[in-house]
Amino acid sequence: MHKIILLLVLIAGWSAGPVAGGQAKPVSEDPVLEQRVMHLANELRCLVCQNQTIADSQADLAVDLRNQVREQLKQGKSEEEILAYMVERYGDFVRYRPPVKMQTLVLWVGPFLLLAGGMFVLLRFMRRRRQLPESDAVSQKRLDEAAQILRSKKDGR
Amino acid sequence: MARYLVPLGIFLVIVVFLGVGLGLNPRQVPSPLIDRPAPTFNLPQLHATDQRISPESLRGQVWMLNVWASWCVSCRQEHPVLVDLAKSGVVPIYGLNYKDQRDEALRWLQQWGDPYKLSIMDPKGTTGIDYGVYGVPETYVIDKAGIIRYKQIGPLTPEILRDTILPLVRKLNA
Repeated sequence: MHKIILLLVLIAGWSAGPVAGGQAKPVSEDPVLEQRVMHLANELRCLVCQNQTIADSQADLAVDLRNQVREQLKQGKSEEEILAYMVERYGDFVRYRPPVKMQTLVLWVGPFLLLAGGMFVLLRFMRRRRQLPESDAVSQKRLDEAAQILRSKKDGR
Repeated sequence: MARYLVPLGIFLVIVVFLGVGLGLNPRQVPSPLIDRPAPTFNLPQLHATDQRISPESLRGQVWMLNVWASWCVSCRQEHPVLVDLAKSGVVPIYGLNYKDQRDEALRWLQQWGDPYKLSIMDPKGTTGIDYGVYGVPETYVIDKAGIIRYKQIGPLTPEILRDTILPLVRKLNA
């Protein structure tokens, strides 16, 4: 009985957990504006905790940058203008999805090149394998021969 | 022969890439502000709050802008380096007191020494955003025309000062 209660408590705690966590609570009253802020915040990297967007991060700087985004949206700036504002100050790295440029080309094309190279090598390997003669397979005849040799050695001792 | 050379070649390329990658510091994000005019501001001074200062008023000299705060642990670590530099008088250091409380900032300077010609207050961090600040302390070297020539992210060390900043200041002053 105790175990069942404990299990229920654990399940309750588990299902309540994700509700308490999640993204930062909206600060302003306007849900439409807040949605636009979050949309843009998801495009911007928090430079303090680099693998998070400023939408996910609770670092001081992320909060400041979210406020900055909110202010500028209120002033009627477009998303492109705000992104440009951030890149001007923090560089391309601030964009969570880096723009396709000469410097970032390797980043965008590299994985596909590697994949193509890997496929090429794999296909060649498989083709060569198919062309090999079947002699590798051990025939019943050779197995018999081997068994005979083993037997004769044992007898010889 | 090629059977062994090709994997070996690929292996060596990967080793070189990973080796270089290990040596890089992901915290050092190159600033787009290098060789660009220092963003302007008009902020009150920490000691004399009724007086404001802007980077334009510092034109005609090579100067350093050091972003600091009393809550910043690494600032405490680099502080003796700044104090020594200020004593040498090679380059004037101006402080940007970033997202700080005025009384705590003043107490901090009193306790550890004040290497700054003067400090300005940026309590909301908006000037910090203009300068692309994300990891205090940060230090900028700004030339006579008001162009940012160097940015240091994280604490200054005597080595960085000796090998990078002082030669640069000398060059800019020449």
